[in-house]
Formats: sequence, structure tokens, C-alpha cells
Amino acid sequence: MKHYDLPLSPESAAELRCGDIVEISGFVLTARDAAHKKICEALKNGEPLPFDLSGAAIYYCGPTPACNGEIIGSCGPTTSSRMDDYAPALMEAGVKVMLGKGKRSPEVNDAVKKHGAIYFAAIGGAGALYKHKIKSCELVAYPELGCEAVRKLYIENVELLVATDSYGNTCLK
Amino acid sequence: MRTLKADDIIIPLADGIKRALTHVDCKALELLKQAEQNETSALCKWALGQIVQNDELAARENAYACQDCGQAMLFVSVGQQLRIKGELTAALNKAVQEGYSTARKSVADPLTRLNTQTNTPAVIHYDIIEGDSLSVRYMAKGAGSENMSKTYMLTPSKGTDGIVNCVVDCVKSAGSSPCPPIILGVGIGGTMDLCALLSKKALVFTDKPKRADETELEKRILKAVNETGIGAQGFGGSITALSAHVMTAPTHIGMLPVGVTIQCHSDRKFEIVF
Repeated sequence: MKHYDLPLSPESAAELRCGDIVEISGFVLTARDAAHKKICEALKNGEPLPFDLSGAAIYYCGPTPACNGEIIGSCGPTTSSRMDDYAPALMEAGVKVMLGKGKRSPEVNDAVKKHGAIYFAAIGGAGALYKHKIKSCELVAYPELGCEAVRKLYIENVELLVATDSYGNTCLK
Repeated sequence: MRTLKADDIIIPLADGIKRALTHVDCKALELLKQAEQNETSALCKWALGQIVQNDELAARENAYACQDCGQAMLFVSVGQQLRIKGELTAALNKAVQEGYSTARKSVADPLTRLNTQTNTPAVIHYDIIEGDSLSVRYMAKGAGSENMSKTYMLTPSKGTDGIVNCVVDCVKSAGSSPCPPIILGVGIGGTMDLCALLSKKALVFTDKPKRADETELEKRILKAVNETGIGAQGFGGSITALSAHVMTAPTHIGMLPVGVTIQCHSDRKFEIVF
């Protein structure tokens, strides 16, 4: 299985094809419904964000709380299509990789193609498995959102499916 | 008349919830293992393998199988000979709050979206039954699957073909969103609200004896849903649903209400009897 590091270079993105299963390591930012709303409002109002979106990878995830000195609790993906309304704006702002589960809208797949981005599908319901793949977790923004806060995670050797490649081809319809 | 103090249910129910959230139902896990064996699509086989690994790991480590610990659904059967001292609903909610103390809190006001921080209130359905026991059946209901559940108000002429078509329609429009492979609860009859409730009860009261035509319908539904080819995680495969469960109730002569509850593979539930 091929291994890729985040941030994904344009050459690496160009190699990936939908249906490939690859291993990924690197930093991701968690964000789901509430955080996306805040991010898009800030982008619309020209306000600075507390994190850098250029070249970023966004993981649609709201983890269970970390207990007993754990790095993170259970942290599987949430349904990506709920973020479809926001995803094109985030790609305009520089996001190059999205990790989630389930199909995306045609508009999102078009935006993935436009920006040379990649959408990876993780396995829904595999929260305990992914917990062991997270080597660091840092809360970076919106602590008031609890599980929906933006957290910077280092993921290591996670097997992911290329669901939409940078050519806009998708295997999730 | 037997007396039960409402507060006495809190700790045992909370402990049961904690265990259910970390231990996927053994029947579902068995079906997932069989699905992994039998699935021919490579991508779906990979997905099912990851799910089985995850569920076994979660049980070994008492870790939450899925980060969406769901809203708590409680089906409470109260014996009519039982005398309850104290406030039952408050005690049930305290049990849920305690049971979810280290889990993700996923309950919010529907308008303000402010998180209640306690994963309460639970969704509670009460039945009065014979005898003097109190039984509580718990099910974790996550949003990924619940967002895809539907009710259909059919006319009687649509018949069982119509019922099967509704379920297939519901599953097709859900696609990959509810984390297939799914488990289906189908409620038929009653009124709009009752068929929806029956579709939930079908998933929790799996031990209720069934009529031959109900069992036959379950088989038809499961076959039709698996023929959609959606497969695990929507990757395209032969196993989209692990099982289908039907529950019926008499309805108006001019109606055929059908409730379809989609449950995901992270089937977390248990029963406790006081």
C-alpha cells in the first residue's frame, strides 16, 4: 500500500485515483457543522482565522472526550455531506484535503477538481480504531463548541479510500 | 403490591449504558463477521474488516465503538402492579447523564443549538404491562443513521409490494450516509407516529414472537435492500443491510402507514429488568 504525507504535494495529489486505498500520515484540523459555520462566516466577513487553511487537511470529526491521560477519545468520521454547503468556500481559502465519510454533492466534487484537492473516505463507526492512530491532539479554536471545536491532530498510517480524486472522479455516488 | 424506589435504577442503568456504548451488540458483530467473509467486493470487504477490528478493539479496551454515542432511547415497560416511589422520568434521565459521563454529549436545543451538556433528555417511551416488574430497553441512536429514517403514508392498495418499495426507496436515498451495513426497523400500521415508534421497537424488541407473514416480509425486505448493491460504507457491494425487523399494529381501514428506521452497524443496546 502506498504511503503519503500531509500536506499533500500537487504531484502526490495528481497520482491518486478514486478507488485507491492508501496510507496517510500528517496533521489534520477537525471541524464539523458548527465550526464550519463559524469559519465560513469569518471568511465572508474577511476576519482572520485562528489557524491556517492554505494546504490544510480538514477531518470531519467530533471526538468523545479524552479520558485518563489519553491523547483523544473515539474519533471516527462524521457524515461529510452535511458540510457540502461549506466545503467549496474552504477549498477557495486553501483547503486541499478533506477526510470524512459518505458521498459528496456534485458541487463539492467539481470544487475538488477545480482546486486539485482530494476527498478521502474513512470508515464510519471505526472510532476506536482511529483513536490509536492519533499521536497528538491540540485544541486550536472554538473551545466553546466542545466536541465540535477545531483540534489539530497528527494522524499516523491511517488507511483511507480516495473517494474523490483531483480529477473530480468519485467512487461514492 | 411491590414497591420500587425510582432512584435505585440509576446506577445499574448507567452501568448498562456504559457497557453498551463500548460493546457492540453480539448479534450485530456476528453478522458483521459473516458479512466480511461473504462479501465479494474488495472495497467493502476492507471496510467490513476495519469495522470488525474496531468493534473487537473497543470491547477489549472499553473504548467507545463510535464517537457518536447518540441520543439515548429508552423503552420502559412498567408493570401495573408495581408501585414506584420517587420520580421515574427524572431517575431515568439521571441514569442517562451518569451513563454518558465520559461519552460525547450530543444533545442540543433544536432552535438555539446549545448543547445540553448532559446528553439528556433521553427519548423515553413508556408502556404499561402486566405484572410488577420494570424493564428498560436502551438503544443508542446516532444522527448519521437517524437522519435517514422516514415515514410513508401508503394507501392499502399498495400492499406488501408497496411496503418493500418504501424500504428500498429509503435505503437508496440514504446511500452511504447511515454507515452501511445498516440494520432496518420497519413499523407497519397504526398512525403516522405509531408506525415510526413501531419501527424503533422492532429494533429493540427483537425477541417478540412474530407471525409467519411478518417473518416472510423481513426476508423479502432484506433481499430487496441487498439487491440495491450499495454495500458497506456505500462502496458498492452485496451486503447493504445485516438484518431487517418488522413490527405491525392494526391501522385504519383507509391507511397503510410505514415507518422505516435505519440503524447503523454500531448497534449499541441492552435490557435491564428491575
